[in-house]
Amino acid sequence: MVTADRVIAASLMVFSAYLMWHATVLPIGWEGSSGPGGGAFPFWLSLVMLLASAGIFLRSFVSPPKDDKPFFDPEMIRSVVLVCVALLVTIGAMQYLGTYVALMGFLLWYLRIFGGHSWTLTASITLITPVFLFFFFEVTLKILLPKGVTEPFFLPLYAIFF
Amino acid sequence: MDVFSLLMDGFATSLSPLNLMIVLLGVTAGLFIGAMPGLGSVNGVAIVLPLTFIVPPSSAIILLCAIYYGAMYGGAVSSILLGIPGASTAVATTFDGRPMAQQGKAGLALIAAAVASFIGGTISVVLFTVFAAPLADLALKFGPAEEFALVLLAFTTFVGLGGDDVLKTIVMICLGLVLSTVGLDLISGQPRLIFGDLPGFYSGISFLVLAIGVYGIGEVLHTIETSKTAPQVTPARITFKELGAGFRAMNRLWRTMSVGSFLGFFVGMLPAAGATPASLMAYGIARSTSKKPDSFGKGNIEGVAAPETANNAASTGSLLPMLTLGIPGSPTTALLLGGMVMWGLVPGPMLFIEQPDFVWGLISSLYTANFAAVLINLALIPLFVWALRMPFTVLCAIVLVLCIVGGFAPSQKMHDVWLIAGFGIAGYLLRKADYPLAPLVLALVLGPLMEKSFRQTLIAEQGNVLAFVERPLSGTFIALAVLFFLLPLAKYLRKSPKDGVAPAQ
Amino acid sequence: MTVSFTRRAALGLASAAAMALAMPAVASDWKPQKPVEMVIMAGQGGGADRLARLFQSIIQKENLSSMPILPVNKGGGSGAEALRYLKDKEGDAHTIMATLNSYYTTPLRTDIGVDIEDYTPIARMALDTFVLWVNADSDIQTLDDYVAAVKAAGGEWKMGGTGTGQEDSLVTAMLEKEFGIKHTYVPFKGGGTVAKNLVGGHIDSTVNNPSEQMGFWQAGKSRPIAAFTADRIAVFPDVPTMTELGHEMVYTMQRSFVAPPGTPPEAVAYYTAMFEKLAESEEWQTYASEKALQTDLLTGDALQAYFLEERQRHNDILTSMGEIAGS
Repeated sequence: MVTADRVIAASLMVFSAYLMWHATVLPIGWEGSSGPGGGAFPFWLSLVMLLASAGIFLRSFVSPPKDDKPFFDPEMIRSVVLVCVALLVTIGAMQYLGTYVALMGFLLWYLRIFGGHSWTLTASITLITPVFLFFFFEVTLKILLPKGVTEPFFLPLYAIFF
Repeated sequence: MDVFSLLMDGFATSLSPLNLMIVLLGVTAGLFIGAMPGLGSVNGVAIVLPLTFIVPPSSAIILLCAIYYGAMYGGAVSSILLGIPGASTAVATTFDGRPMAQQGKAGLALIAAAVASFIGGTISVVLFTVFAAPLADLALKFGPAEEFALVLLAFTTFVGLGGDDVLKTIVMICLGLVLSTVGLDLISGQPRLIFGDLPGFYSGISFLVLAIGVYGIGEVLHTIETSKTAPQVTPARITFKELGAGFRAMNRLWRTMSVGSFLGFFVGMLPAAGATPASLMAYGIARSTSKKPDSFGKGNIEGVAAPETANNAASTGSLLPMLTLGIPGSPTTALLLGGMVMWGLVPGPMLFIEQPDFVWGLISSLYTANFAAVLINLALIPLFVWALRMPFTVLCAIVLVLCIVGGFAPSQKMHDVWLIAGFGIAGYLLRKADYPLAPLVLALVLGPLMEKSFRQTLIAEQGNVLAFVERPLSGTFIALAVLFFLLPLAKYLRKSPKDGVAPAQ
Repeated sequence: MTVSFTRRAALGLASAAAMALAMPAVASDWKPQKPVEMVIMAGQGGGADRLARLFQSIIQKENLSSMPILPVNKGGGSGAEALRYLKDKEGDAHTIMATLNSYYTTPLRTDIGVDIEDYTPIARMALDTFVLWVNADSDIQTLDDYVAAVKAAGGEWKMGGTGTGQEDSLVTAMLEKEFGIKHTYVPFKGGGTVAKNLVGGHIDSTVNNPSEQMGFWQAGKSRPIAAFTADRIAVFPDVPTMTELGHEMVYTMQRSFVAPPGTPPEAVAYYTAMFEKLAESEEWQTYASEKALQTDLLTGDALQAYFLEERQRHNDILTSMGEIAGS
C-alpha cells in the first residue's frame, strides 16, 4: 500500500510537471489590464497539484500507515488485468472489425470464458445486444456506430430502415 | 387572474387526445434515453427536432418538453443503478443514490428520485407561471462577475465539506480544473494542452467521457476485484410495502425538497449557470444543514432527494431565459430554441406578448409532462430494479458494452472511447489509493465556467480584481461562498479536540 | 478505304454518343447508400448549428435526400477538429460539412495541416450580415456619436464578441483601423450571450448578426447603428450602411457546404442538386428574408474561386490585425 501510494503520488508529480510545461505555450502571467493569460490557469493549478502530490509523497515517509495491506488483492488482480486487456482489444478492434463484431467478441469472451456462463445465456445476450444497439442507436437515435470492414453488410439494412 | 385564464386556455391545448398521446410517448422515450449512460435529453431532443415539422408547433413543443422531462427523470436511473451519471446534472444524485442501491435500497432511491423530481418540477412550474415575465429582468443583471461568484459558491458549498484526505482532495480538484482547460482558450482563441497533437483534444475533454470512465469502467473494475469477498450489490426487491415506506420517507423531506426547488429554479434560470450548480448546491445545503452530515455519501435518502428536486426545478428554470431572452442555458435548450426559430417564433421579450397561445400551451404542457413522467417512472421502477438482479458477471459485461457505446455516441469519436478506457483504469487506481473522485468530476464540470467568467470580468474591468466584491450581487455570492467554506472548518475546530482526532496531514 | 473510315467514324460517334448519354445517367443515378453525415464546424446551439439543423429539417420534410442527413457537431478548436476530420474522410461520398468563416480563418491562424483548396465545394447557401449595436438606453444615435464615445472612453469601451479571431473580432479590428479607435474586446461563448450582455449593460456595444439581436431589437432594448453591408438590409430600412456613410467596410459571414477532398463527381452532383432544390424551397426563402440573410447561391468552380478570394482577404485582415505574420 505504501509503495503504491508513493508510486501514484510520484506519477502525479511527473504528470503535473508535464502539464506545467505544456501550459507554458500560452502566456502564464498577468497580462496587464486584461487579467491572466491563456496558460495561467493550467500552469498555476498544475503547480498546486505538483506541491500537493509532493506533500503526499513526503508524508508517506514521515508517517507510514500502521496496517500495510497489499494494494492489489493478489487473487483478483489477474481478473482485473484480463478485463482491462479485453476492453482495450475490443476498442482497438471497433475501428477495423466494426462495433458489432468487436462487441460480440467481447461479450462472448466475458460471458462464456471469463464468467463461465452457459452457452444458452451467452448466445442469447451476445445476439440480442447488437440487435438492440442497432435499433436503439442507429435506427431510433440516428447515431451511426463505427463499422470498419463490415460496412458493406449494412447497406441493405440502411436501405430497409432509413 | 389573467395568468390563470391564459393557463386554462393552454390546458385546453395540451390536454387534447393527440397531445396527451404525444406526452406519454415523449416521456417514455426520454426516460429510456436518459437512463442510458452517455445519452441525455440533448440526444432525444436533437433527434425529434426535424420530425416536429409533421405536427403543429404547439404539439411539437409538447413532444420536445416531454422528452426533456423524461430524460431528466431517466438520468437519475443510471446514476442510482449503475453509479454512472448520464448527464452532469445527475452527478450529485450518484453520491447517495449509488450507496443506496448497493445496500439493496435501489427501489427506495428510485422512488425518492421520482417523487423529488416531481415536486421540484411542479414547484418550479408554478414559479414559472407566476413570475416568468418579471424574472427575465433579473437574469439580465447577471454579468460575468456574477456568474463567477455563483459558480464559486456552488463549488464551495460542495467541496468545502469533504471528509476526505485534504491533500488528495486538492490534487483531484486541480487535476479536474486543469483537464477542463484542454482545448481552445476562448479568450485568446488559441489551442492549449493538445496532448500529442491529437485532433480529438481540440474540443476539450467532455464531462461525460470522464464520468463514464471513472464511474462506469472504474467502478466495474473495482467490483471485479472485490467480488471475491462480498457482493457489492445487494439484490433489491420492490414491494407495495416498500413503495409505501418510500412515500412516508419522502414526507419527512419537505424542507429539503422545497429548498431544492426554489434554489433549482432560481439558479437554473440564470443563463450559463443551469442545473448542475443548482443540484450541487442543493446537495451541499442539505448536507450542511442536516443533523447527521456524516450519513451523507453513505446512502442517505435526503442526498438523493435534494439534487433531484433541484435539477428538475432547474430544467424548468432554464426555459425562462430561453423564452424571454432567447438565451439557451444548456445544449438542450439551445436545440429547443432552434426548433422555435424554425417554426417562425422569435424568442425574446416579445414572445409573451405576441404569442401567448404558444407560451401558455408550453407552460401547461410542462405540468402534464411532469405528471406523466412521474407516473411512468414509478411504473417502470420494478423493471429497473429487476435489471440489477442479474448475476454480476452478466451485469458487468453489459455495463462495459454500454460504457463503450455510450461514450462514443455523444460526439461520435473513437478518441473519446479510448479516453474513457484510460480514465477508467486511472480512476480505478486512484480510487484504490483513496483519492476522492467526486471533486475531480465536479472540477471538470465547473472549471470552464469559472475560468471563462473570471477572465471575462477582468478584461471588462481593466484587470481590477476588486470588481468581484464591488458589485452587489457577486459580492453577496462571494461572501456566502467564503462562509460555506469556513463553516465546516469552524465545526471541525470545535469538534476535533473532543474527538481527539488529529488532522489528516 | 472509305468503308473502313466510315465504320471507324461510326464507331467513334456511337461510343461518344453512348458516353454522352451515359454520363448524366450515371450522375443522376447516384444516390447515397447510407445516412449522410453533416459535420458542423461549430458547437451545438450556435448560429451555424441552428442553420445547419434547419437545412436538415427542410431536406427531411421535402424529401430531398433518399437517406437521412445526420448532423454531427465538431466545433473544437474553432473548427480545426472538423477540418482535420474532413481531411481524413478523403474520397468519402457520404460526408458533407457546413462551414462558416472559420473555414478560412482557422487554418490561417494556426497550422493544422489542411489546405481548404483540397476540399470539394458544393454550395454557398447564404451570407449573413453584421450590424453595429448599442444598448437602447445609451445616447448614441449615429456612427459619429459612436466613434466620439469610444474615443472619450480612452480604450475602456467594452465591445462584446464571440472570441478573438472570430468574425466579430475581425469586424472590430476593421472599425479600429478605420476610425483610429481602441476597444476592450470581451469574448463570450456565443452570439446569444453577447446580445444578452449588451442588453444587461455588461458591455457597451457589439457587432452581432441581425438574427441574434432580433428579439431585443423588436422589444426596443437594443439599437442598430450601422450595417456592414453594401446595400441596406430589408428588415432595417432605416439603418445606414457603412458604405453610404463613406466607409468601405463590408463584411459577411458565409454559410456554405463542402465535401471531403476527392469526393466522386456523381456524389457532388447529387448534393449540389439537393442544395439547389433546398434553396428554392419556401421554408428557406421565408426564413432567410426574416433573418436578413442574403441568399445568392454559388456552386462548383465559382464557389471555389469565392473561397480562395475570401481566404486571401482574411489573410490580409488578419495580417493587418497583427494576428498572423502574413504571406
